[in-house]
Amino acid sequence: MTSTLTISHLTKAFGGVKALSDVSLSVAPGERVALLGHNGAGKSTLMKVILGLIAADGGEISVCGAAPGNAQARAHVAYLPENAAFHSALTGLEQITYYMRLRNEDISGALPLLDRVGLAHAANRRIGTYSKGMRQRVGLAQALIGHPSLLVLDEPTSGLDPVSRRDFYELLDGLAADGAAILLSSHALTEVEARTDRLLILSGGRLVAKGTLPELRREAALPVSMQIHAHETHEAEIMAALPAAVRMNNAIHLTCGQDEKLTTLAQISALQGKVADLDVIPPSLEDIYSHFSRRDGQ
Amino acid sequence: MIARILATAKTEIHIARRNRWVLIAVLLMVVFSLVLSAAGSAPTGALGADRLSVLVASLTSLSVYLVPLVALLMSFDAVAGEVERGTLPLLLTYPVARWEILAGKLVAHTTILIVAICAGYGAAAAVAIVADPTAVSGLIALWRLTWTSVLLGATFLGIGYALSSLAGRVSGAAGLAIGLWLGLVVLYDLGLLAAVVADNGGRFTTTVFPAALLANPADAFRLFNLTASQATVAASGVGGAANAIAPWQSLLSIMVWPLIAIGVAAVAFRRVEP
Ligand SMILES: Nc1ncnc2c1ncn2[C@@H]1O[C@H](COP(=O)(O)OP(=O)(O)OP(=O)(O)O)[C@@H](O)[C@H]1O
Ligand SMILES: [Mg+2]
Repeated sequence: MTSTLTISHLTKAFGGVKALSDVSLSVAPGERVALLGHNGAGKSTLMKVILGLIAADGGEISVCGAAPGNAQARAHVAYLPENAAFHSALTGLEQITYYMRLRNEDISGALPLLDRVGLAHAANRRIGTYSKGMRQRVGLAQALIGHPSLLVLDEPTSGLDPVSRRDFYELLDGLAADGAAILLSSHALTEVEARTDRLLILSGGRLVAKGTLPELRREAALPVSMQIHAHETHEAEIMAALPAAVRMNNAIHLTCGQDEKLTTLAQISALQGKVADLDVIPPSLEDIYSHFSRRDGQ
Repeated sequence: MIARILATAKTEIHIARRNRWVLIAVLLMVVFSLVLSAAGSAPTGALGADRLSVLVASLTSLSVYLVPLVALLMSFDAVAGEVERGTLPLLLTYPVARWEILAGKLVAHTTILIVAICAGYGAAAAVAIVADPTAVSGLIALWRLTWTSVLLGATFLGIGYALSSLAGRVSGAAGLAIGLWLGLVVLYDLGLLAAVVADNGGRFTTTVFPAALLANPADAFRLFNLTASQATVAASGVGGAANAIAPWQSLLSIMVWPLIAIGVAAVAFRRVEP
């Protein structure tokens, strides 16, 4: 499948600071890709390079078959900057109408578009009077204008309330189903986990991991933890049978590698009758994320 | 292309209206023009010129300060403001060329200037004609003043955009704009005057001085409007210097300056990093 966005061996430095080093990635049509990374990892810089706002120092980038920032690329790419800002003297409707005119779209769609992001009631108020989340929605609305082939969204859900976040990801699902490629950055791991197809983790300007969540989970090979509740009197026996176990808060905790998972479970099931309850806790997304993000000494 | 320029122009007019710039520009022009027309009403007949031609002479002296000031006030924020608010990066990801953005702002700001100039001159002229119906013979001079004022304004809009692009910050752009206004409109003439006095009719006065007048858009504007009608020359007392320069020369300067200023602005804006 031909990718909407292809980046190979991209590097970018600001003076002495290496913001991006040797980053290669691709995003296919219909794919939702999340870009994760610590503050200052280079997410926003990567996005600005893709949009042609910042020139790369080295590497190759193809955006919808064109160079970043050229007229053809800009016609097909939508962008939501982090902390999207607009002129405070304009109303939401005027601002969206302006952007629609620049994209040569029928401006009668401006109000329906604002309605789609839940701003119809405030369409004729000045953006200066909007709340942070409302400004963010104006940003979302402008990113939906036309039918962009690639959406580059820098922390799109920051400032949105939980219900609006869910609505936002539903919008994204629709766009992806229509074939748009989506690259979004986020610090909210749980929503990204449920709502995107693939994860990219940047750390200190380098791409340290990419893949689906199960792939990353396997690659990270983080230990599984288990929590055992014993029947009152059998605790000592269980502790004796499982030398690696420790007692904590009235429960017995045990961690083991992914490859020892089944043997450990077999050991526990041998203690049948003494175990009241067993919980197997897989490594959380936070654990996986910090595993990759820290690998580079962050 | 045209659609995108007009889209930007429309948006800029919305902004200027909300920020009261339209109102401020119109009020400034109307109030000062009316004050002049009232003040200039006394000495008319003595000079043998019609009332309106005399008014045009004083409006010329006013506009040479006021039009550049209004133009700079409207334009100094144009690029630096977008940079500082953080609205420029998003705008530049749209399929619109940078020069189209600038052209849109220019169309909007020039339109506002035209409205303000017409309102100001129109009000003053109406007062003059009501008081003295023969003054209609001065309408040609008024028309000349009007379109040259618009060109002068466009020049300073271009200069304002260029400063705004170079400064990067709104406060810096404001400082540069005020400095440039003082320099070109006030200090430049004082400097020339001092040099002419010191030179006492020598080489400087005959060769450098006329060229220096033509090189300054504000001086060229004043010169053209004062020499174009001899009556107003008499009224304003600008003597030999103005007569040494043919009107076509100052006209050329007035026409070329907007192109230079806007060209420099376009180049400066292209170099702005969002
Ligand atoms: N214009 C610039 N000049 C100098 N350094 C810059 C510039 N822009 C970014 N940087 C540096 O590049 C690095 C990456 O910054 P970037 O904004 O891409 O981080 P980020 O991953 O988006 O972080 P956050 O999660 O906080 O938004 C940082 O070290 C930052 O200081
Ligand atoms: Mg960022």
